[in-house]
Amino acid sequence: MMQHSPVMIVLLPLTASLLCMLFSKLKRKLGAYIVIASIVAAFVNAVITLQRVMGSPDRVIHYAMGNWTPPIGIEFVLDPLNALLAVLVTFVAMVVSFYGLPFVKDEDWLHVGGYYTLFGLLTVGMSGMIITGDVFNLYVYLEVMSLSGYGLIALGGRQSNLAAFRYLLIGTIGASLYLLGVGYMYAMTGTLNMADMGRLAANYLNSPLFAMAVGCFVIGFGIKMALFPLHGWQPDAYTYAHPAAAGLIAGCMSKVPSYAMIRFLYYVFRVDNPVVTAVLNAIGVLGIAGMLLGSVMALAQRDFRRMLAYSSVAQIGYIAIGMAMGNMYGFVGSVLHIVNHAFMKCALFLVIGGVVHRFGEVNLFRLGGMHKKMPISSIAMTLAALSMVGLPPTAGFFSKWYLMLGAFNAQQYIYIFVLVVSSLLNAIYFFRIIEQMFVQQEASLTEVHPVTTRLGLPISMVIPIAVMGLGVLVLGFYSSDVVRIIMSGLPEVFVR
Amino acid sequence: MTIIDCRPFLAVGISLLAAFLIAFSNNRPNVREVWSCIASVVKFGIILSMIPGVLDGNFYEYTLLQVTDTLSLTLRTDPAGMIFATLASMLWVPVNFYSIGYMRANNEGEQTGYFAAFAICISACMGIAMAANLLTFFIFYEILTLASYPLVLHKRNAEALLASRKYLIYTLISGQLFLVGMVFVYCVAGTLDFRAGGLLNINMAPKWVLQMTFVLMICAGSVKAAVMPLHGWLPAAMIAPTPVSALLHAVAVVKTGVFAVLRIVGFVFGPQLLSQLGVIDVLAWFAAGTILISSIIALRQDELKRRLAFSTIGQLSYIVLGASLLSPLAIKGAYLHLVAHAVMKITLFMCAGLIITRTHCHCISELAGIAKKLPITCAAFAVASFGIAGVPFFVGFISKWNLALGALQAGKPLYIFVWVASALLAAGYLLPVVKMVYFNHDPNENSRKYGAHSWCMLLPICATAVISVVLGVFPDCYPHFFELAEQAANAICYGWNGGW
Repeated sequence: MMQHSPVMIVLLPLTASLLCMLFSKLKRKLGAYIVIASIVAAFVNAVITLQRVMGSPDRVIHYAMGNWTPPIGIEFVLDPLNALLAVLVTFVAMVVSFYGLPFVKDEDWLHVGGYYTLFGLLTVGMSGMIITGDVFNLYVYLEVMSLSGYGLIALGGRQSNLAAFRYLLIGTIGASLYLLGVGYMYAMTGTLNMADMGRLAANYLNSPLFAMAVGCFVIGFGIKMALFPLHGWQPDAYTYAHPAAAGLIAGCMSKVPSYAMIRFLYYVFRVDNPVVTAVLNAIGVLGIAGMLLGSVMALAQRDFRRMLAYSSVAQIGYIAIGMAMGNMYGFVGSVLHIVNHAFMKCALFLVIGGVVHRFGEVNLFRLGGMHKKMPISSIAMTLAALSMVGLPPTAGFFSKWYLMLGAFNAQQYIYIFVLVVSSLLNAIYFFRIIEQMFVQQEASLTEVHPVTTRLGLPISMVIPIAVMGLGVLVLGFYSSDVVRIIMSGLPEVFVR
Repeated sequence: MTIIDCRPFLAVGISLLAAFLIAFSNNRPNVREVWSCIASVVKFGIILSMIPGVLDGNFYEYTLLQVTDTLSLTLRTDPAGMIFATLASMLWVPVNFYSIGYMRANNEGEQTGYFAAFAICISACMGIAMAANLLTFFIFYEILTLASYPLVLHKRNAEALLASRKYLIYTLISGQLFLVGMVFVYCVAGTLDFRAGGLLNINMAPKWVLQMTFVLMICAGSVKAAVMPLHGWLPAAMIAPTPVSALLHAVAVVKTGVFAVLRIVGFVFGPQLLSQLGVIDVLAWFAAGTILISSIIALRQDELKRRLAFSTIGQLSYIVLGASLLSPLAIKGAYLHLVAHAVMKITLFMCAGLIITRTHCHCISELAGIAKKLPITCAAFAVASFGIAGVPFFVGFISKWNLALGALQAGKPLYIFVWVASALLAAGYLLPVVKMVYFNHDPNENSRKYGAHSWCMLLPICATAVISVVLGVFPDCYPHFFELAEQAANAICYGWNGGW
């Protein structure tokens, strides 16, 4: 049973999602519970898998689907990097899946079932993209993730249809570019297996096709991860996404393509070839631009969710510059920031989702006195905000630390400067909200879903918020353990 | 000898725990304040229990966890750290009682948050004092910034908002500069562990890199130490309740600033390297300028707390100047003045708070003749004022004497004039207040209303006033600040005679 743990990460939520509608028809919320249970099981399997990976002698597990070994079959390849991210994604999905329950409490079976089906499929898509070792399989999961993502965004309400449609158009271009890149690579190397492709690609480094393929991958994933200036779809999509799912969408959906980009640039193509080096420099420049402009745009927003969306553009810039440094510390910082940012952005979206659920309010200047109405959420928000600014001992500080070390080692002092400026801009717009919540006059808000308990929200929302808020702190204290995992699976370039 | 012992973390943890307990006893003020008092006494006890070991040349060290791939969260008690840890935990006890009296007498709101934030600040101070490496130091340094922010914001009005924003702008920017400097140090030296005499040396990097790193880091320290022109936040932050001004803005926050300067000078760069780099002279000029300018500004302030604030700015620069002279006696004087100024200034601020609570007057010109009604308070105020002015047999004298000797030792005798001038100026801005309260006739003696009397506020004032006299007469009495300062200075200047 244990040896099947990698496939279970994907298989269980997939089965549950497909059966979800059926069960929902039988009993309104049964489907939802089954999906939640499957995601919990997926998380457990992901943890087991991570343990197995760390325990195995060469720190890699190959799982051949249906015992068809590659190149004929599809394989899942788990190394410390993607096993870690599989744990991350399934954990965030698990927490957010509980959080969604109060939102669908009064809906009919169709909506409950539909929401959880899409939610489950989103989880499947993301974890599949992370653990697969096959480039075409990755495309399949990319589409599973994207399609369910479009659905969840469109569920958000009236304005969300346009946002979802826009994302669909732009996202499809991204996915198609990726497919095109896969086509080029297949034409050259004749394989779809990542490891084989990496090995064979070494013979075609000077071919223009190779450069084309790398360009397609980078732009395709760049669109999906909302790398500046390819982020046009993202503010609307995050703002109008279904408030229950926004935590997962904003927390993980753009991180998984960033992971895929790292996987291709560092593991499949290797950073020591000239094409990749050139591409990395470009990514670095875009990252810098994203960090500065994203932060400035975030300052200008009045809608809390839109502000967070622009701040995500900036945070993706952190990941991008870490990638672009091309050294070990930059790489570690980049991956660590994927993990940390998933937690903190998820926490922030869960909090604002709670405010939307209870008061229907998103204007960040109308959050006065929130610390009395929703104490735990306010504290979680504060922790996540401090982490976004990068103040110790929260998680955000540690990714910034590694990124700065990487920048120093790469002799790219501009990155250090931009990191400092971006932190300070973050400080402006997050302390503005902290000030609102804790100091300003109580805003007169109408209760959409009145809550009488002192917690301020239904218990199944408070616990996820508290878990994510505390997670930011715990990840900060135990960041060295996360880093140890990342460092045990460094790309070959850094291992001498 | 290094002893593995978790007491340093206990000292940090006890007030963190207290902060949680305080937050959970929101509705029961007495329980809440009992937690705070217990924590302060226990913490002081823990720190005192380590002093004999440290005096014998031992180090208590404990690593809580690994925070990055190579660095750990480690506390280690060296003489320099012990001075600050003892000082802060010692003064927390009286200020705690004083706070209780003050907050109740003035019917302040949000007291739970106040006491909790206060406890976290003290924890952070302990961490800063005993940090064994720069990263640990920085983590606690930023925690202190965050925990003191709500205290500045305590009044929750427009003025407090502006003050707190100003505070954040200064401290967060300087924190980021410190972080950059720290990254440079790490990449150049490969370690961040404090080492008496400096962990860097001239061969590690080009001179300009080291100079730039020093400027970055010292700027961060100087913001909290309120060296002009980076002092803007401190007078503004006086909007906070007086016990906060007393402990945090005269002792903890600003002292972490000067302590940071001392750590950077003595334990990161080291006197030898700094004398080769040369930038330290610029710091000395700024500090000397600050001493004179702030004293002159203080002369013109009518609001009592503001006058004390500018006096604080000047006195802190004594310490910075002492550190930047790089001679053993000057550094010893700097550590002694860290203690001396804390004891004196906390007395002055607590007196000011009591005067404000009883008379509701904030301005010096309204205080004529109040000594008749507030004899003990005014006596304590006078004692502390003499100390600040550097009168012999008060605590301020010992430190100033050593600082002046240090200037001679460093071959820069002109700085003695700065100290003499500033001592005269200090006498000029504090003694008129003393004269006013004692000898001037109160024009509206009959109509003046005095608030309720509070032992809770008066006794702590007496305690610190007595300490400031005792330390002036017997500088090395228990807990041996003098001996600790001497050990710290000797460790820093081992094999270095100040360039004399």
